[in-house]
Amino acid sequence: MIWDLHCHLSGVDGKTVDERIAQLMDYADRMGVERLVFFMGWPFLTDPTPQEFRKQNDDVMQAISHWHDRAFGFVYLNAKYVEESLIELDRCVKNGPMVGVKLWVATRCNDPKIDPIIKRAGALNALIYQHTWFKTGGNLVGESTTSDLALMAKRHPKVPLIAGHTGGDWELGIRAIQNSPNVYAGFGGFDPTAGATEMAVRTLGADRIIYGSDIGGRSFSSQLAKVQGADIPEVSKRLILGGNLKRLLTPILNTKGINV
Amino acid sequence: MIFDTNVYLSRWPFRRLPNDETPALIKKLKQNQISQGFAGSFDGLLHKDIRSVNQRLSDDCKSFGSGTLIPIGSINLNLPNWEADVITCHEELAMPGLRLHPNYHQYQLSDDKVKKLFAMAAERKLFIQIAMRMEDDRTHHPLMRIPDVKFEALPDLMKQHDQLQVTILNGMKSLRGAKLTSLTESPNLTVEIAMLEGVGGIEKLMKQVPYQQILFGSYAPFFYLESSLNKLKESNLGMEIEQQIIWQNARKRFFVTDS
Repeated sequence: MIWDLHCHLSGVDGKTVDERIAQLMDYADRMGVERLVFFMGWPFLTDPTPQEFRKQNDDVMQAISHWHDRAFGFVYLNAKYVEESLIELDRCVKNGPMVGVKLWVATRCNDPKIDPIIKRAGALNALIYQHTWFKTGGNLVGESTTSDLALMAKRHPKVPLIAGHTGGDWELGIRAIQNSPNVYAGFGGFDPTAGATEMAVRTLGADRIIYGSDIGGRSFSSQLAKVQGADIPEVSKRLILGGNLKRLLTPILNTKGINV
Repeated sequence: MIFDTNVYLSRWPFRRLPNDETPALIKKLKQNQISQGFAGSFDGLLHKDIRSVNQRLSDDCKSFGSGTLIPIGSINLNLPNWEADVITCHEELAMPGLRLHPNYHQYQLSDDKVKKLFAMAAERKLFIQIAMRMEDDRTHHPLMRIPDVKFEALPDLMKQHDQLQVTILNGMKSLRGAKLTSLTESPNLTVEIAMLEGVGGIEKLMKQVPYQQILFGSYAPFFYLESSLNKLKESNLGMEIEQQIIWQNARKRFFVTDS
């Protein structure tokens, strides 16, 4: 059972989101990926206005509308617009088909202004995916580090949070969330560097690691390899490839009547 | 059978890697149908005693490789008397090719020394591999920020030696579009798939690069070997083209007696 935490409607041809997701599903089928989580439309917008992130979310909701048993969406929000984000959260998650929240690089997640969004998402059981990187040379102005997320997580200890890309430089990212039990390592979107998964399992435990691909900039191939090629027990591979994400999404999927 | 054109031995300087002992690496390769491969040395990135690096590489391949790993010597054109290392690789160690890391050794392909190296390689019928990068630049150690190799000078270099085979290693993450097309206009320029990304990576790459110029590469043990193996499945290649990419293209280009 493979569930993919991290997918985009990019990397394939197609004038519409429906065409794109259909092609992405073909590739998913080749690689045995059963369910996929999509977020953000295209082109990627680093600091979207409310109008823009609503459009992006409409794109994703349209894309998943024909794949409701296999594709889920996370609502893309911008914490610079808290009130508008809360409204969008209700539109897309409470009253719509989406099951989580995507936060990217508009503002660093440790800013307390983000707290109403996190609280609201937690109340809805919407899983939060926060992009994080430790970039040599410095992050973008609004780009969170994994340490930023660890600090924010302390304010919301009961809300599950995904550290996107495990900080990219995963040796740092894994360390940053080691003492944050409600933060999970999102393992998509960095090179298939050998040893990453082994370190994460040693440091965090297999139940806190979640496979993702970051298609279409990345491939299923490179990202699945991080788990398939790791020298870890098979039971751990199963948790990372799908069991953990399934467990985290089960409450909201049940609420929406989706068979888990 | 798979021929892996992109393997490294010795130790990556910044952390230990699984399978970074040669016997373990060879076992892993064989378990995954890698019958043969070209191996360079991580020590070649930073060591000054390149002769010893290449000797250790050669010894490791002989001691543990049993014909599986073929050593590819490192050359640093900014070392005094680098020409002697070329001669050693060819005449003493019987290496069939050379692996270059211009970015770690701080020279450009446009430098005159590269022209001399290409001439020496062509004369001695050695092939050349050039590693574009070793890791995502966003994750470099802050004390060692190494830019990618620039290849603008390569087409002219290759025109001077029409039999010389050149492979770009670790190039497919960032080498795209017109730059890639202009490079692969030379039929003797090959690329390998270790850092290739994007869904259906190989089938998309084939829209830009003839499949005859695509090689299997894993970048083991730095990358999980399964990454490149999976790419063969993710793209719809067909058996014939897959066999070319995983075996025949390398054999035809680098083992003249096979032809």
